[in-house]
Parts: sequence; structure tokens; C-alpha cells
Amino acid sequence: MDKSDNNPPQTAEQMLRAAVQDPRDLTRYLTYLNTIKSEGLSTSVMVVPLDAAINWARASSIWPLTFGLACCAIEMMAVGASRFDLDRFGAGAFRPTPRQADLMIVAGTVTYKMMPRVKRLYEQMPEPKFVMAMGACTVGGGPYCKFGYHVVKGIDRFIPVDVYVPGCPPRPEALIDALLALQRKIATGRPIIERYAKPAGGGKDGGAQ
Amino acid sequence: MTMETIHALLRERFGEAIGEWPPPETGDPWIGVKAEAYHDVARFLRDDPALKFDYLRLVSAVDWMGSSGAESAERLSSVLHLYSFARDHEVTIAVDLPRDAARLASVADLWPAANWHEREAYDMMGIVYEGHPDLRRILLPEDWEGHPLRKDYVQPEEYHGIPNV
Repeated sequence: MDKSDNNPPQTAEQMLRAAVQDPRDLTRYLTYLNTIKSEGLSTSVMVVPLDAAINWARASSIWPLTFGLACCAIEMMAVGASRFDLDRFGAGAFRPTPRQADLMIVAGTVTYKMMPRVKRLYEQMPEPKFVMAMGACTVGGGPYCKFGYHVVKGIDRFIPVDVYVPGCPPRPEALIDALLALQRKIATGRPIIERYAKPAGGGKDGGAQ
Repeated sequence: MTMETIHALLRERFGEAIGEWPPPETGDPWIGVKAEAYHDVARFLRDDPALKFDYLRLVSAVDWMGSSGAESAERLSSVLHLYSFARDHEVTIAVDLPRDAARLASVADLWPAANWHEREAYDMMGIVYEGHPDLRRILLPEDWEGHPLRKDYVQPEEYHGIPNV
């Protein structure tokens, strides 16, 4: 809780000023927008820091790669289907090509034979890209950790992972929770500030390219 | 037809190439066959009008290393599971092979389904099926070393830079 909560902004202008203080927090903008809307004012013009707008756009339309390797993929399909409906969070557009995807949900056991393919798919995705390690196998080898002669003991040895989802396989609710965690992570990014305010060569994973 | 009846039929035709009944190990019954007679027995099982085994369920393999009995420890078994839709009966044929020279005739010419099954048994256990049309590894990468379901298999430290620990 910061200071502004002790003294909540009353007018639309105060709300906008409060929102500008932290461009990473979109909830203040939404409060502002709802207020001016309820007052009958026009919402055709929005004043929003570019970082927040980009983060909002990225987090609200995560396109996952259609990519399943084992039993976890069944749960992932359930999440995409009507009962759990990942589209509610803007992430229901599973893409058949990595070149249109933002998120790779590595759902299932990654074998030695598959690992180069997984890596290639990751490299084919455009920035910004995110990876979710779904299930015990991708997190750390899972049941194959000790005696599996053919299973990669955690994909984070080869590609960067943003969210880990434990479970064997994880429930659909866990995958939805992971997606929300990823959206929160995206919301904390400062793509424009990182792009222009940092010294050359100081790029960071997840920033604008 | 029960497996005991089938055993008697085979014994009558192939004599000493067919093992004793009942088989020494407990569990689901099986008929032991010598490697030399294996392909002829398989053809007979498929073509004999009273047997008519028209369906190959499975070709599997067993590594007996570590089991009780000195002679049993040094062998592999290739196991053929057959079923007959025409006669509604089943049979299990097991062939003992030496661990260091496991070679057996392929039955892929009799049941095309055996093609991939034998490739898997070759991939995992290292049993070489002679006369197989395309005996390559089916699951593991082509440049894999060793046959991982053998009980003396030692895991390599890494595979193309992928560590195993």
C-alpha cells in the first residue's frame, strides 16, 4: 500500500496523475477510464505511458504456440477448450507456427531427440517471447529424473523459462494461474524505458527489440 | 484351443524344437521354441487351418540378467504374442537367445505388424532380426549407442551436449 491509497484520488485528473506515477500499474488507468466513462465523458482519447500501453497489449493477447509433447498437452488442450477457456485471458489463439507465437508452453516430456527441435522452435519465435515449463518433466525431468536415459533434466538448461508450472500433469487451473503470473510479469516490464534509457548493449530479456 | 493343446500340436510337428509343457517359469503360460525352428513354427501357426493365427499382437523382449539360475541369467528372450480372430484363441511363443549374439529370424514377412515391433525390440534390447526389411532404430536417435533396456546398460554422461544428471 502506498501513499496514494490513504488519500484516494477523487477527480479524473487526480486519477490520471496517480496513474502516471507508476506506468507499470494498469489498474489505476482502468479506474481512471471507468470513472470518466461513468461521468459520461468521452473515452475516445486516452493518455497512457507507452510502456503501460505496450505491456497491456502484450499481456492481453498472448498467442501460444500449438505445441504438445506428452500428457501435459492434454491438460493444455483442456485449458484451451470451452470448459476452462483460455480465450478469457486473451491467450486462446494457439498458433501453428512459431513465427506468430509469443508464448511457448512446453507441455510434456522433452527427450534428447526432441530438445534440438524445441530449441529451434524457440529461436524461430519473434521477440518478445516467453516460455512456460509445464509439468514436472520440463521443470526438472520429473519421474524420469533418476533413471530416464533419454529425458532432458529440465528445459531451463537450454532455453530461458519465465514461469514454472509444477504438477504431473498440472491441473488446468494451475496453467491458468501460470498464465496470470506471466501476465503480471509482462506488466512489470518497461520496454520503452529499457530500449531508450539504457546505455548501449544493456538490453534485457523481455525488453523491446 | 488352449495353449496346452497348441503346444501338443506343435510338439507333434516340430518335435524337440518345442520346449516342455508346462514352462518352467510361473505366470502367464508360454511355449518355448528353438531359434532355428522359430520362423517355421510362426508360419505353421499362421497357415494351419486349425490354428489360423491371423493377428500379431506384440513382439516383446525380456532380459533375464539378474534372475535366479545361472543359465537363465545369460539369455534374452524374444516373445511373440499371437491371436486368432478366426478361432478366438491365443498363443505366446518365447525364443531364448544368448545375450552376446542375439539374432533371430524376422517374422515381418508373415505379419507386417512385426516390422515396427521388431524394430523396437532391436532398439531397446539389441536383438537383431535377420531378414527384416528395414531394421533401424525406431524410437531413439540413429546415432545412439547401446540398447537402454538391457539390464547392463550404462547411461552415457551426455548426449550431444545434453547432460544426463
